[in-house]
Amino acid sequence: MTNPSESVIIVVVSRALARLIQLFGIYVIIHGHYSPGGGFQGGALLAAGVILLRMTEGYRESQTETSTAAAIPLASLGALIFAGTGLVTLAFGGYYMDYGAVPVPGVEEPIVRYYGILLVEFGIGLAVMTALVAIFDDMLGQAPGGDGEHAPAESTGAPPKI
Amino acid sequence: MNWLVELVLYLLLLTTAILALSVRDLLAGAAAATAFTFTMALLFVSMGAIDVGFTEAVVGAGIVGVYFIAAVFQTSRRTRD
Repeated sequence: MTNPSESVIIVVVSRALARLIQLFGIYVIIHGHYSPGGGFQGGALLAAGVILLRMTEGYRESQTETSTAAAIPLASLGALIFAGTGLVTLAFGGYYMDYGAVPVPGVEEPIVRYYGILLVEFGIGLAVMTALVAIFDDMLGQAPGGDGEHAPAESTGAPPKI
Repeated sequence: MNWLVELVLYLLLLTTAILALSVRDLLAGAAAATAFTFTMALLFVSMGAIDVGFTEAVVGAGIVGVYFIAAVFQTSRRTRD
């Protein structure tokens, strides 16, 4: 699972398929406030695309997607966007995540709420995507501080069991 | 017509649940558990809970199935008990 797939067909098809899955994930996040889905489901779809590339291209090749080192900081950034949007509304005198309280000159209140929800959905999506990728890397023993640091992927001479 | 679809889905749900618990091959068990989750998502959609069904399909069938396979990859493939 950590080594690249030997079949060219699997690698090429999964590269195209991962982009389609991630495009649908972005669609779900953007349309989260008036259709089924939202930040969590869209983030899980984005993570599914990255994990598909992790499984087919191999661990080392797919580091350009979401690198293992960047996963946890990006998840923290997503959580910060989520909580920070609520705290900004608190600072303007509204309730927590009461987006209408933020005074934006020239923009009506429903539009402010619209973009406030979109910002929160984006934060959730970023946090969920990178956290799921980090969990997957951790389960493979490839995370920093895990066993994989001392035994890199190419040095395991034995072929994968499955 | 709708009850017929739901009856087939319930039978499929029972079959995959029993298969996931009784099969000796852990990889086949993970695949059966994923099939169970996807059937559950179809049932949620047929009952009108689109959002729940969508979440179940994405997380249960998409992510958790891969995690099961990654966990089987770390252990032996066949169960011993």
